[in-house]
Amino acid sequence: MNKYQIKHLRELEAESIFVLREVAAQFERPVMLFSGGKDSIIMYHLALKAFYPAKVPFPLLHIDTGHNFQETLDFRDWLMESTGGKCIVRLVQDSIDKGRAVEEKGFSASRNKLQTVTLLDALEELKCDAAMGGGRRDEEKARAKERFFSHRDEFGQWDPKNQRPELWNLFNGKKNMGEHFRVFPISNWTEMDVWQYIYLENIALPNLYFTHKREVFERDGVLMAKAPFMQLKPGEQYKEMDVRCRTIGDITCTGLTLSSANSLEDIIQEVAATRTTERGGRADDKRSESAMEDRKREGYF
Amino acid sequence: MSGKNSGYLDMELLRFTTAGSVDDGKSTLIGRLLYDSKAIFEDQMEAIERASERIGNEEVNLALLTDGLRAEREQGITIDVAYRYFATPKRKFIIADTPGHIQYTRNMVTGASTANVALILVDARQGVLEQTLRHSYIASLLQIPHVIICINKMDLVEYKEEVFEKIKCDMEGVASKLSVQDIRYVPISALNGDNVVDRSQNMDWYDGPTLLYLLENIHISSDLNHEDFRFPVQFVIRPQSKEWPDYRGYAGRVAGGAIAVGDAVKVLPSGFTSKVKSIDLYKDTLNEAFAPQSVTITLEDDIDISRGDMLIKDNDHIIVGQDVDMMICWFNERNLMPRGKYVIRHTSAEARCMVTNVEYKMNINTLEKNEDDRTVTMNDIARITVRTTKPLYFDSYKRNRITGSIILIDEGTNETVAAGMII
Repeated sequence: MNKYQIKHLRELEAESIFVLREVAAQFERPVMLFSGGKDSIIMYHLALKAFYPAKVPFPLLHIDTGHNFQETLDFRDWLMESTGGKCIVRLVQDSIDKGRAVEEKGFSASRNKLQTVTLLDALEELKCDAAMGGGRRDEEKARAKERFFSHRDEFGQWDPKNQRPELWNLFNGKKNMGEHFRVFPISNWTEMDVWQYIYLENIALPNLYFTHKREVFERDGVLMAKAPFMQLKPGEQYKEMDVRCRTIGDITCTGLTLSSANSLEDIIQEVAATRTTERGGRADDKRSESAMEDRKREGYF
Repeated sequence: MSGKNSGYLDMELLRFTTAGSVDDGKSTLIGRLLYDSKAIFEDQMEAIERASERIGNEEVNLALLTDGLRAEREQGITIDVAYRYFATPKRKFIIADTPGHIQYTRNMVTGASTANVALILVDARQGVLEQTLRHSYIASLLQIPHVIICINKMDLVEYKEEVFEKIKCDMEGVASKLSVQDIRYVPISALNGDNVVDRSQNMDWYDGPTLLYLLENIHISSDLNHEDFRFPVQFVIRPQSKEWPDYRGYAGRVAGGAIAVGDAVKVLPSGFTSKVKSIDLYKDTLNEAFAPQSVTITLEDDIDISRGDMLIKDNDHIIVGQDVDMMICWFNERNLMPRGKYVIRHTSAEARCMVTNVEYKMNINTLEKNEDDRTVTMNDIARITVRTTKPLYFDSYKRNRITGSIILIDEGTNETVAAGMII
């Protein structure tokens, strides 16, 4: 047996820390995109580890659709306060008010797609040359093709057919003025790895991930939360149920799962036994076969 | 935590690459590994069932799992490396699935660069083909520590031992010309599942392990260099805070060997020596660090050290030089320019370089050197020499895959135009 051996979670951690440090070294004004979901929470945790005892050398950026769970926002503010982090918030509502984005209409109206406008405007305003995201390759098939360092042209667009080859751990972050990079430090983590790591490191999460009673309604086989901006279709009705989130996004596109899991151990067991992907509950991906690719091409997260 | 979950916290990570062309059953094999290990979820299965129906496939087309881009699905081809993940109770696996045709060399090299194992598929009916040579050569060029030759479609040759033995014998001839350290052969039928996860009932003559058994048990903890300590400095951590007024830590990922607190180290390029004061990882202090850990090292003495510098052990040796011989794989539509200038990136160091010589091109279909045609075009593999503007501190790629590898970047377009393995 070789004594110089590390296990998979520590290897993934070492890889992600390496990527985060490369970002700090190669870019002038990076930001870390933060949604309040578990993936961005562990990405931030890894950043705390990568630069300790110094502060994380870049701010976080939260694109707030205005349709977030209040628990997510409270958690974000608590996390920044307890770790001395800085989070810049930009609102989709401002983009709508300025006429930069137009609100969708109808029952499945969502601000998910509008976030791209606010995001790209924010990156330009803040003169960011790199935006880190918590995207994982196991989440979705277009993401499976993503690089760690993903080049974006001056319109913020992704050209999946013409990506830079990425070999060993040599990351090429060179670009022209006006272009930027999206960087995905946790590319190689799976949903199970994320949960195991949260357990291993005892990382705090919003309560939404654990079971709680909530008024929900069912649409297209997915449970959605009651909220002022959600309209019921005829026949739909609210019911109180024990639910939790597998992923946390905007309320309009986050499906809830019936669950009694109230500890990390319970969640890990649930994830191990479950037979659908976590994005299966995401209304934003269900729009078409290539919904994610289309949004990513335009500059989505 | 007990049982299954605590086991999962302690798994090894194995990265493998798969190479093959359209018809050799590669997608079926990956589909079977994912399916049999329950890594395909119900909604993914339903989505590909729907998609298969829409494009008129009679059976569920497992290739649709990996062909994630719209253009790939429309054209029925794989354009780019796709990463897939699955786990068994023993190991967690990352598959770099590389397409067999378009841009094959570029993608195969990319997928191979981080792999512990290469799976090479051979169609039992066809035997060793040109593309088998190509795949084997790249596995050897990129020094993938283990190669598994899957002789597939055994069901179509009536599971005959002679067919397997003939191909194995032919492959051994090929392997003798390459530098592959560990090569295994498994007769399989990906379609029927013979010897993939479960032992085949149809090949009593084969008493070796199944493919999954090999993937779960192949010894990978010696794949990294654990002899020569190499620490490329990635980032200097200086909090300059009230709590940490004088902290000066060198952050990086150990690229080889191991280091302990108290060890004497030498800093390159300055040549100054010092002792390791502490090895930090967040709030933990470690006694020792080794590849591939990411840590922060502090030293006893204040020395000027910055990104691109390298720490090695005081009594150790590393090659220092400005003329570097290497094998390269060319990735760009614009040919390599003889006497051309490029940015060269090596670990965390960066310099400019000029291509001073193209010695030969490699014909990877015949494994012959071509010294007559030295025009290096996209997907070519060539041996070249570059002269760098400042010295690099490196090892041969055979000795260390991290300190022995480089990329070349075009100064005009910023594109990564080549990957190089130092000889």
